[in-house]
Amino acid sequence: MLRELCRKAFPKALWVYHCNTGACNGCDIEVINVLTPYYDAERFGIRLVGSPRHADAILVSGPVTRQVAPALQRLLDATPAPKLVFAIGSCACGGGAWFDTYSTLGGADRVIPVDYYIPGCPPRPEAILYGVALALGLVPKKVAAERMRQETLDELAQGISRAVSGFAEAAEGGGP
Amino acid sequence: MFLSKLREAWICLKAGQVTLPYPFEPHDPAPGFRGKISVDPDLCFGCGGCANVCPAGVIEIQDLDQYTRALTFRWSRCTYCGRCADVCPEQAIAMSPLYETATDRADDMVLRLEVFMGPCGRCGRCFSPAHPLERMMVTGFRDDTVGGRPEARSVGPLEVAGCLRPPPGLAAAGEGRAHAPEGGQP
Repeated sequence: MLRELCRKAFPKALWVYHCNTGACNGCDIEVINVLTPYYDAERFGIRLVGSPRHADAILVSGPVTRQVAPALQRLLDATPAPKLVFAIGSCACGGGAWFDTYSTLGGADRVIPVDYYIPGCPPRPEAILYGVALALGLVPKKVAAERMRQETLDELAQGISRAVSGFAEAAEGGGP
Repeated sequence: MFLSKLREAWICLKAGQVTLPYPFEPHDPAPGFRGKISVDPDLCFGCGGCANVCPAGVIEIQDLDQYTRALTFRWSRCTYCGRCADVCPEQAIAMSPLYETATDRADDMVLRLEVFMGPCGRCGRCFSPAHPLERMMVTGFRDDTVGGRPEARSVGPLEVAGCLRPPPGLAAAGEGRAHAPEGGQP
């Protein structure tokens, strides 16, 4: 539903407001990098604006520090709806190396609802472009929750017996 | 003035198109780029060295029951330093070149691996034996039957070094005290 809303609301231009909530400036440099001619986000009508009141999307970078958390909340309130929130970098996605320190809240989603996460430390400019393109519905999502487990001894024994019997059947069926 | 502008225009035109056609065509990172963590589930034996060195505390280890140890990688906060891949003794962890990891759900950034462990023969606690040869002998340690070594398991169960609890069979029979190791009980 959100994707449909995005298609309707942001067909031509996505104006973004970039706010640093305690980042080390690595993610900020990559965000500026996206706007250079080499990556050229203005192809998609993306440009930085100086006020959240003009913005369609907010880029949050940094683990949200205690000092800046109320300001971030007010910033979200000042942004007109419909709005998108991108968490850029590992810090904004989950807190990074500061996920449990006393001075940060550990991620943008602890304070405001985040629509799209772009992990990376810092994310490549391509990764930021990919995240925005994902929000605009141009590219498919590539990651999903993974769950892996090793086989227990019993399962291994069963698997081997099954494989052996299958091999025997194939050998019988294939023979003249 | 006019000539200089003309020269500038010539320089700009000479450069041609510099913009990457990125979201529509793939752009692979340089070799050696460290992207999302990838884990080979068959190689891991649950030593926990990766969780020990991870600066962001991405990797959580839980012992679910006597046979299962769960490693949960919450890689939303991964800093891509590659320490886990460096210290892994079995090279089970690798940094894949995948960087297009943007997602709209926080649950997508979790990788969970359940490792089948060998328990202690006395107390049943999961443990990782000190010597590599002992690791091979722990019951159900790893998928060695595929590698053609099914006989290596026929040795009896190993024990945690200094385990003070009596073996389960002996405890039931009331003979645990006689077989307890020296210094175990006053």
